[in-house]
Amino acid sequence: MENVIVDMQHVSFSYDSVMALEDINLSIYERDFLTIIGPNGGGKTTILKLILGLLRPTAGTITVFGGKPQHARSRIGYLPQLLVSKFDFPISVREVVLMGRLGRTGPGQHYSKNDIAVALDALDKVGMGDYQDTAIGHLSGGQRQRVFIARALATEPQLLLLDEPVSSVDTKWQQTFYDLLIDLNKNIAIVLVTHDIGVVSTYIDKIACLNVQLFYHGSKKEGMHKIAELYECPVQLISHHTSGSFQAEAND
Amino acid sequence: MIDILQFEFMRNALYAAILVSIACGIVGTFIVIKRIVFISGGITHAAFGGIGLGYLLGVNPVLTAIPFSLLAACAVGMLRTHTKISEDSAIGMLWAVGMALGILFIGLTPGYVPDLFSYLFGSILTVPLSDIVIMIVLDAIIVVIVFVFYKEFHALAFDEEFSLVVGVPTQTLYVLLLCLVALSVIILIRVVGIILVLALLTIPAVTARQVTMRLSRMIVCSTGFAVVSAVVGLWLSYILNLPSGATIVLVLSAAFLGSVCIRRLRTAAVRPHERR
Repeated sequence: MENVIVDMQHVSFSYDSVMALEDINLSIYERDFLTIIGPNGGGKTTILKLILGLLRPTAGTITVFGGKPQHARSRIGYLPQLLVSKFDFPISVREVVLMGRLGRTGPGQHYSKNDIAVALDALDKVGMGDYQDTAIGHLSGGQRQRVFIARALATEPQLLLLDEPVSSVDTKWQQTFYDLLIDLNKNIAIVLVTHDIGVVSTYIDKIACLNVQLFYHGSKKEGMHKIAELYECPVQLISHHTSGSFQAEAND
Repeated sequence: MIDILQFEFMRNALYAAILVSIACGIVGTFIVIKRIVFISGGITHAAFGGIGLGYLLGVNPVLTAIPFSLLAACAVGMLRTHTKISEDSAIGMLWAVGMALGILFIGLTPGYVPDLFSYLFGSILTVPLSDIVIMIVLDAIIVVIVFVFYKEFHALAFDEEFSLVVGVPTQTLYVLLLCLVALSVIILIRVVGIILVLALLTIPAVTARQVTMRLSRMIVCSTGFAVVSAVVGLWLSYILNLPSGATIVLVLSAAFLGSVCIRRLRTAAVRPHERR
């Protein structure tokens, strides 16, 4: 039987007086592949930050790996939304990916051979192995995104949280990326957050629809049947261009 | 140029220039990449309260400025987690309160207040040996701390949230970084004065960033730029009889403009080639 790794019970969160999440009940199991879709401002990033313990819920409880979220961080790999303002920052691709190993290497210590091997392996997985000495500012937006994915993988997580992972990578690499995720999913749980329903496509295992409240959460089979409902739900993806394949599949 | 070094005050000035450059090169680089220039300005001006206190108590103002600037650094560092006031407003207040305290203490000091101008505008030619010793100690503290926490500071400056997620105590390190800023301010006050400290903490680092995208090289380059500019500025101020702090800052600015022009010319030279 699969174990629950994230358990949210009646969780609400508000920024000052603005309600961002309301009464969320959500369980994530070992080896889940959960896609959370929803509009901008629907609370998708907030839910990830609650799981990471970066934010505390205003009501309700969250348990991650059986304890407090902030104690489970070392088991979670995190891809934040793309940093836009740091293009001229003096840091190389290799140094960025090694950040994933920071928690295991104390102050004043050099990264171990193992740390470096794990980091370079993660870079190879995202196809950026040839760029390790390049400054992050000299990469394209898509390449940079792949480096940040490698950084999340370098933490060797048991749960991977991805915030808009394909927002700027080209469609050709998206395919490779999902193949990589499916491969990773054999061993670890993945939560992928997106406002872009095109990326949900055929890969989803479970799907949740989030707009302040959680509108639907269930397995893909059910999800596909209820896809019309999904479109009806307040999470409507109005400005989407590449949802053709998804709709076609939903109509099957 | 060598013969002017026969004067003790000139030798002290040269030592001061080198010691100042070490602080600028290391801490200035982190100030620029972490974008805490305004915060550093606040800490600098808060230190003036300590200078005033030194006069009032009749002790070396540099020594009383140390707890003042460290306190200001801790206050600013705690601010963002413990209050809801916007950070820049709070820094603006700290900035003014520090200066006001300094003016008040100096007003309360009986009699004539010597050397006040050298703390405001700097006076590298009058740095006494006792202050050189303080500068050496503070520089050593900065070098050791940055050496130990190099990769943590690098990560903190680049992506604080991710650093926290992987288990780096970011809040403590952030306060520590601000304390290093506070110590740099103390090192710089005597040489360029409170009003010009910010120039030395930013211009060498920004110049270095024009030539490299590596943090370690940026630290070395900005230290180098600061040494060269400080020595050239010192020499110019000596032969032309100009205020030293201001001359050093203007030499630094000229070096920065030069680096921007060189970078423009280099990219302009590369581009047409790339098009073909």
